[in-house]
Amino acid sequence: MAQAVPAGQKWWSGGKSPFNVEYGKLMMWYFLMSDSFTFGAFLISYGSIRFATNGWPNPNEVFKAFPFFGETNLPLVFVSLMTFILIMSSVTMVLAVAAGHNGDQKKVTLYMILTIIGGLAFLSCQAWEWTHLYHEGAWWGRNPFPNADMSKASTNFTNFFFTITGFHGFHVFSGVIINVIMLIMNLRGTFAKKGHYLMIEKAGLYWHFVDLVWVFVFTCFYLL
Amino acid sequence: MSSIETTGHDKPHASFDTKPIWRTFWILLVITLVEITLATIHMKTDFPSKYVLNGIYLILTCAKAFYIIAEFMHLRHEIKNMIMTIAVPACLFIWFILAFLWDGGSYNALRNRYDRHYADQNKVKVEQPAEKPGKPE
Repeated sequence: MAQAVPAGQKWWSGGKSPFNVEYGKLMMWYFLMSDSFTFGAFLISYGSIRFATNGWPNPNEVFKAFPFFGETNLPLVFVSLMTFILIMSSVTMVLAVAAGHNGDQKKVTLYMILTIIGGLAFLSCQAWEWTHLYHEGAWWGRNPFPNADMSKASTNFTNFFFTITGFHGFHVFSGVIINVIMLIMNLRGTFAKKGHYLMIEKAGLYWHFVDLVWVFVFTCFYLL
Repeated sequence: MSSIETTGHDKPHASFDTKPIWRTFWILLVITLVEITLATIHMKTDFPSKYVLNGIYLILTCAKAFYIIAEFMHLRHEIKNMIMTIAVPACLFIWFILAFLWDGGSYNALRNRYDRHYADQNKVKVEQPAEKPGKPE
């Protein structure tokens, strides 16, 4: 459970960090909490509109393509691959943080490179999916997919899909940029000189948050 | 600020081993596979019903979120007061989700009841996209 703390430790009498967390890391947590409300607002407005609409397209009918498989009907397969890529890159990120704790500069480099590759792979998948949907006629304001009961669907479906996955994709993109900067700093020995790898931890928190949001996007758009 | 000490975070310590990381990875992977399997079974057999299925999805999603926050983001290992400053505001989501979905549902019910045109729109079927040239299937 919570961190082991010596009995009778006086956290609030000064001279100590009351949460036992470095300032920047704590602020990263609070930033992520505010960001979760931004994403929450997006997803809840999507849910609210969906509840206020009679019909809705069946995601298994919309998201069923896979690269190089042409017209084969493969619902959920591609998005499962994307989910796997993002979970995997989260794992390599924690491994980088763990390597940082042990002061292992070489391993941090290795795992940061793997995390960046994972992020780029996810972005490539998303680029392919967007391109594919665009060629099917879907875009903001255009929805070629009928509702599950074959009645005409509103463009809210595509509007929300592109806005929310786009906003998430932008987070992944900025996460990759942050990770690249961390990699360069690590290669230049900045953290080794400082004696700690807290910057890697902060970048890691952001990266896991991106994974966390994807868990909800995956459920809201592809499963429900 | 740099004079204020935090313990354990800036020096190597043994508690951060890689075993729980991989355990969390397998848990997340298995939950995702269960979700996909259930979705596939539902597509083929219409069992379990969509409402039951959505409930299962939401529970599994929350489980995944818990493991990512607790283990990957390491929040479980922080001091309790700090966990609470994150967890308590996050409880707003409970009201947030309930209120807005309820509102959306109520708006839809009102329109179906009082707006004939809106209610009729749903009875108009579009032609199968399959019949258009260049569309899949």
